[in-house]
Amino acid sequence: MGKVKTKTGPLARRPDNSAFKQQRLPAWSPMLTANTVLPFFYFMALICMFLGVWLLLTVQSTKEMKLDYTEAGTCDRCFEKRKNVSNAAQPCSCTVVFSIGKKFKGDVFFYYGLRNFHQNLRRYMDSRDDAQMVGRKKNLQTPSTYCFPFTTDQNGQPIAPCGAVANSMFNDSFVLTYHMPGGRPEKVPLLRQGITWYTDKNIKFRNPKTENLTLPEVFKGTAKPLYWQKPVYELDPLDPTNNGFINDDLIIWMREAAFPNFKKLYGVLNRAKEPFTTGLPAGNYSIEISYNFPVQYFRGRKEVVLTTLTWFGGQNHFLPIAYLVTSSLILLVAIVLTVVWWKFGKNGKNMEE
Amino acid sequence: KQTCDFHIHLTPYIMFFQSLYYSIYTNAIKTSKYNFFTFLPLNLFEQFQRIANAYFLFLLVLQVIPAISSLSWFTTVVPLVLVLTVTAAKDATDDIVSAICNLCMIFFPRADLLLLSSSEPLNLVYIETAELDGETNLKVRQALPVTGDLGDDIEKLADFNGEVRCEPPNNRLDRFTGTLTYAGQKYPLDNEKILLRGCTLRNTEWCFGLVLFGGPETKLMQNCGKSTFKRTSIDRLMNVLVLCIFGFLAIMCTILAIGNFFWEMNEGSQFTVFLPRQEGKDAKFSAFLTFWSYVIILNTVVPISLYVSVEIIRLGNSFYIDWDRKMYFARNDTPAEARTTTLNEELGQIKYVFSDKTGTLTQNIMTFNKCSINGKSYGKKHSFLYTVDFSFNPLADPRFMFHDHALVEAVKLENPEVHAFFRLLALCHTVMAEEKTEGELLYQAQSPDEGALVTAARNFGFVFRSRTPESVSIMEMGQQRSYELLAILDFNNVRKRMSVIVRSPEGKLSLYCKGADTIIYERLHQSCSKLMDVTTEHLNEFAGEGLRTLALAYKDLDEDYFSQWKQRHHEASTTLDDREDKLDQLYEEIEKDLLLLGATAIEDKLQDGVPHTIEQLSKADVKIWVLTGDKQETAENIGYSCNLLREEMNEVFIISGNSPEDAYALEHSMELEFLRTACMCKAVICCRVTPLQKAQVVELVKKYKQAVTLAIGDGANDVSMIKAAHIGVGISGQEGMQAVLSSDYSFAQFRFLQRLLLVHGRWSYLRMCKFLRYFFYKNFTFTFVHFWYAFFCGFSAQTVYDEWFITLYNLMYTALPVLGMSLFDQDVNDLWSFQHPQLYMPGQLNLYFSKKAFFKCALHSCYSSLVIFFIPYLAMNDTVRDDGKDVADYQSFALLTQTCLMFAVSIQLGFEMAYWTAVNTFFILGSLAMYFAVTFTMYSNGMFLMLPSAFPFIGTARNSLNQPNIWLTILLTSILCVLPVVTYRFLMIQLCPTINDRAKAAPPPLPRRARIRRTSSRRSGYAFSHAQGYGDLVTSGRFLRRPAVSRSSGFAHTGRTTTGFSPMGRSAGYSPTGRPQNVKVNDVEVTSLQMYRTMDHTL
Repeated sequence: MGKVKTKTGPLARRPDNSAFKQQRLPAWSPMLTANTVLPFFYFMALICMFLGVWLLLTVQSTKEMKLDYTEAGTCDRCFEKRKNVSNAAQPCSCTVVFSIGKKFKGDVFFYYGLRNFHQNLRRYMDSRDDAQMVGRKKNLQTPSTYCFPFTTDQNGQPIAPCGAVANSMFNDSFVLTYHMPGGRPEKVPLLRQGITWYTDKNIKFRNPKTENLTLPEVFKGTAKPLYWQKPVYELDPLDPTNNGFINDDLIIWMREAAFPNFKKLYGVLNRAKEPFTTGLPAGNYSIEISYNFPVQYFRGRKEVVLTTLTWFGGQNHFLPIAYLVTSSLILLVAIVLTVVWWKFGKNGKNMEE
Repeated sequence: KQTCDFHIHLTPYIMFFQSLYYSIYTNAIKTSKYNFFTFLPLNLFEQFQRIANAYFLFLLVLQVIPAISSLSWFTTVVPLVLVLTVTAAKDATDDIVSAICNLCMIFFPRADLLLLSSSEPLNLVYIETAELDGETNLKVRQALPVTGDLGDDIEKLADFNGEVRCEPPNNRLDRFTGTLTYAGQKYPLDNEKILLRGCTLRNTEWCFGLVLFGGPETKLMQNCGKSTFKRTSIDRLMNVLVLCIFGFLAIMCTILAIGNFFWEMNEGSQFTVFLPRQEGKDAKFSAFLTFWSYVIILNTVVPISLYVSVEIIRLGNSFYIDWDRKMYFARNDTPAEARTTTLNEELGQIKYVFSDKTGTLTQNIMTFNKCSINGKSYGKKHSFLYTVDFSFNPLADPRFMFHDHALVEAVKLENPEVHAFFRLLALCHTVMAEEKTEGELLYQAQSPDEGALVTAARNFGFVFRSRTPESVSIMEMGQQRSYELLAILDFNNVRKRMSVIVRSPEGKLSLYCKGADTIIYERLHQSCSKLMDVTTEHLNEFAGEGLRTLALAYKDLDEDYFSQWKQRHHEASTTLDDREDKLDQLYEEIEKDLLLLGATAIEDKLQDGVPHTIEQLSKADVKIWVLTGDKQETAENIGYSCNLLREEMNEVFIISGNSPEDAYALEHSMELEFLRTACMCKAVICCRVTPLQKAQVVELVKKYKQAVTLAIGDGANDVSMIKAAHIGVGISGQEGMQAVLSSDYSFAQFRFLQRLLLVHGRWSYLRMCKFLRYFFYKNFTFTFVHFWYAFFCGFSAQTVYDEWFITLYNLMYTALPVLGMSLFDQDVNDLWSFQHPQLYMPGQLNLYFSKKAFFKCALHSCYSSLVIFFIPYLAMNDTVRDDGKDVADYQSFALLTQTCLMFAVSIQLGFEMAYWTAVNTFFILGSLAMYFAVTFTMYSNGMFLMLPSAFPFIGTARNSLNQPNIWLTILLTSILCVLPVVTYRFLMIQLCPTINDRAKAAPPPLPRRARIRRTSSRRSGYAFSHAQGYGDLVTSGRFLRRPAVSRSSGFAHTGRTTTGFSPMGRSAGYSPTGRPQNVKVNDVEVTSLQMYRTMDHTL
């Protein structure tokens, strides 16, 4: 349309002789021939085999300890207590013991885990206000409607942080103790900070601008989430800089899990002092749990996980095994294809057949 | 018996013809659909009437309901706005085009006219009706004397006050009944006085006519058939599939809603502590909402971009047709043109081709190619190296060419047989000559065959110069001689011969006869038997080359016998009853004991490359039916010469619709029988069919064979079948525009059909099928992942991917690579397609895209989606980063699955693509790069801080894509997605290779091989293109005598003034149209196509 051809003469309307218009663009036409497919298959089998073995060895070198404490040890008492909502405000502590047979070398990571807790329900995931959590004053006072019904408390005060996600934050706390043989129990020091993504801690979550005010003053006029015992600015009594929306535990909780069974980082072994400078020594341990989080409503379980890591992450055997299986599958297919090609191959036969 | 519904008064519409069609009558100009202000509302209204768009609007409405909304509004709005914009732009341009078209139409208004008067003596008008019925001979129309006397006096014409009563408009081209009442007297009107729209005036300076029927009432338009909106079979299949997909979508959503119901009953009700339900909303209501939420999420199985992409692909492939140099015809500067942009892939599925004959297969040019005189054959095969020099003859036609010098030598040596041969050709015909200036002869022949023969005689020194009713003057080797013409025993279809009886200046009486060899042979004297054998051999040889043959014979008459015969002839021709029979008997009596002179061979010039094209197409299993209005003999002859009919064929079906009664074959009770018979045959030729019957034949095949049909033609008589067929092709660059205007594709030469089908059609089909297969694959894979995730997220309609990814997946990340494939892909190049026409067959069998193929690709995507969901699920479950931080969170998982998906579909596209141009490679790699670039941008700090709620995925890419286990997972999913595809394809190639695989494995094609010309022993090559001679006209003295000075008239004469008949054809090809063939004529008249283009370009 609208193209004015200036050409005149007998061949005025002759189309241009460009490779594009004449569909003669130079091109590469790969074909699936035995010469390319079969070597490719054997090569891939080899690669997968190598990866599988390597990953398997890597994963095997990690150590992991999982402990379901829902009703373990003395926690059965707390479990029963939490069944009744009216007892929600009463504190309950319990202790579970375990032992590790071999030393956990290097960095040891302490996780809490939940089973059958659906952080991935659509309405649940939507029930948060990122603008509030990044410190927007406006959203602090008038949280997004997505937070409903955890937008305001009975008195009409806006909840900070609002929404179902924050409201349901995991609030058990743990004290891990090492019982040295013949010695007095030694509390295992855990680093409870620096356990979030850098971007979450520094960009996604920010407290409202303080402007010479203290944190409680900034949050004045807001209410704590319904299920919380402490307001958001008192989450960490030990470190005042770890309070408000930038509290590590809150940030970790707010990063919703993709599946109903998940574990979240609680702390990392602080290897500054003996006997933990090289890791977690073998022996008996106990965990004192401040048991607050109710799981019986959703038939959930709670657990703690102690694990060491490699470059590949934690102890997940799926990928190494999957690679090994894939490798043998490819090898099998490659052999079948070779036989087929050898016996029945019609490739290259005449057109006139 | 006619009911006279039509009363027409003469005065208002009078048409004046001056060869250029100039008229007072105008068609109303239809205005274009939109103007500047109404465009947006009207267009939007129209667009939302399309079901697909309405559906997306509905989705949008769903999404603004908060309880249902599982996706942000922008995921639907962005694509919808884009689609609406593209479609609106296309509609706007289409609208502008249609406005132009309507304007051009005014240059075509022709009507059915009652001839009133003409410039020629006796109010004769010469017309050619090839456009109308495909017949190539000139026809005569004669006005009533009462109107003819009015001449060109415009006032007298305007004052003429009469009344015409005639039959109502109908589609019979060969019949007209009516009466003219003038001054109390009634004059019968028949077809001889009517000029139909679509016919062409020849050799007539001007004429006046009264408009009887105009516009849609003209016989031509009545024959045009309905124009219907054409859709391709892929379109129809796609619609069915889209419906199936909707059903499937409903099933999926129902399953998930039921799942949600049970989940809410069991788990959800216990989770209300953390996620309270709204009051009064129970599990049932939740399930209901979930259903609609999943409709929103899973709607990507029918993405809106499907329709837009299909349009773009078709448009692109249409442009390739416009741009193709190999379909450009330099001689009249005509490129091929895709006038419809919505039918391309159907070109790759053609099973039946219906072709017109005249102007399509043949050039309508006859050349005198060979002859056999007295047992000696003259004329060499294909020796274009040298041509005979006719300079010895000042009256020779310089365009005539002959390639055998021996014949000229024989003439110069005064070989008596050779002289007799040419004398016969110069005398025995009904051609009329006109000599405006000395030596400049113009012949007017009833059929091109006759013209070619007389022109041949002229060049060999026997120049026919003029005739009177009683004599024929010829220049015999430079000597003027006048023969007394005693009788013309005229040609007709039964006699298949014509004779003249002349008396030479010396007083010798002779009968000269030419006709079909079988007929002549029966009437030969037995002394010729030896010569007969030799001549028969020659005749077979000529016929074998597809030439039209005539045998020539003569006989000297005895004076007494003749005068007695003449007497009886006179008596017979004046009797009232059985005149025909009696005359026939008399003719039979005198045309016997003839002496054979020889035979002529005339080539009805085919368009270039026709036999080769037909051969190629039949190798591609395309059935070619020739539908022509012409005579059976002619059609048959052309059938042989263009390789459609071959000697070894014994299943040949030639049906001739000679009389209206023969049209019974198309009537309801017989049509199946007709079709069954026709389809059993290897070749079908339908002769003497009217335009409407052509369409009926096409409809019949469409209806019962469920095959894709293509009709190709050049004239107005082909319009109906062009409209009726799935695809109509018009031959452009010729006089008539009717066919081109109603066609879907047009080009200048029949031979381009080969390229249109075997190359463009094939590619278009292949590309469209690959596109659809891949498109459904990528969207199903994309969507099914949501389905699997539902089982892990409590059927809560949580998406797997980031909303931005959902928005951009079809629009940005995967649009260009698949478009690139659909615009550039070639499984084999064009040379291969010609080398192996069988490669065309998969399209006819719908092999590349069918319900089965669709099902296969749904299964494949099901597998891929399982891999893409479960491998990341299992790999990420309980996994953490190498520094112990989270990587199993929802956002990381979303990023991981969408990255896996991107890799899987990109690699799959790589396998689909057979032709990696730089553009394709760029598109694929570019899209992947774009995916990462856009993802990192969307997940960047800046975007989040700008709109925290719209970009919650901040940092996800940075924090998870630096993990080795993420990349190892991506690698594993890619391997597992590819593995079965490669295995399956490789096994198929090895175990049951398709034509394609074999062709690719075959040695590369050589440049086109020289075709061996078929030799045949077929008996008669006789064919003559006119049915009834001009004998009556000649002897009655109503022949052409043009006044020396052109009559002045009240009108300003525009356009061509010399319309005299001149054999100007290429290589002295004799064309009755009096118009140089294949010569660009834009300085003479601007054809409407050119007009169209001119306007087009100024926009």
